[in-house]
Amino acid sequence: MASSIRVRATSNGDITEVQTLIQHPMDTGLVKDSKGEPIPAHFIQELKFECNGRDVFVADWGTAVSKDPYVKFSFKGAKKGDELKISWTDNKGASDTTTAKIA
Amino acid sequence: MTTTTGAHPTRRLILQGAASVALLGLGNLPFGAAPARAAANDKYPEEAFKQKNEADAIKALYGRTAEPSDKVKLDAPEIAENGGVVPISVTTSLDKVTSISFFVAENPNALAASYRIPEGTIPAVANRLKMAKTTRLTAIVEADGKLYSATKEVKVTVGGCGG
Repeated sequence: MASSIRVRATSNGDITEVQTLIQHPMDTGLVKDSKGEPIPAHFIQELKFECNGRDVFVADWGTAVSKDPYVKFSFKGAKKGDELKISWTDNKGASDTTTAKIA
Repeated sequence: MTTTTGAHPTRRLILQGAASVALLGLGNLPFGAAPARAAANDKYPEEAFKQKNEADAIKALYGRTAEPSDKVKLDAPEIAENGGVVPISVTTSLDKVTSISFFVAENPNALAASYRIPEGTIPAVANRLKMAKTTRLTAIVEADGKLYSATKEVKVTVGGCGG
């Protein structure tokens, strides 16, 4: 299966800018389907970015993060060609991991 | 709070002592002197995400209250035509930032997202949040163990003609 995570990490001198888009339903548990059955909550709880062996950014999410979440941040201390590892886990225990080269 | 004049060193010491005792007392947390929570420890803040209203969520996450600061810049649309996808970003000129969190007051659960900012990461985040209805949005930045906040009112128009 193709990865649920799409990342663009670009180096601009000392600063690396990371944009991430993840495919995930992010169901709140409050919405009902067409038959009136509630759709159970299903959302990413933790999203982690690691570079050169250390965490550079960690997101803790609730149900209020939009479907197919997007997040952008920047960090220092990496250079072009370094690998950035991105992983998430959701409330049902599912997870996904990918790595991206900083361009 | 403390009215130190500088002329009475002993008096100042006593006041400072009293202040820190008061702070510890207020904290009332299992981790005594450890800085309010959280950002440092690696666990998902389950309890904070379960809180309904904003004040309880802030308390559960940080164990203290924030003071408004113009050094926290919160960027959000004034009118959101789709409450399901509202682009929000925050930047700050504060130093030693360890975490940034977003609270949507009128949502069923106020805490929307909390980001841990390790050293070396720029204290700025952009993301997209859901909003149930027109609401107050609060961003809290934890810097050097203190909390600073910025708020903004976002109008959510349901059913769409922007009006």
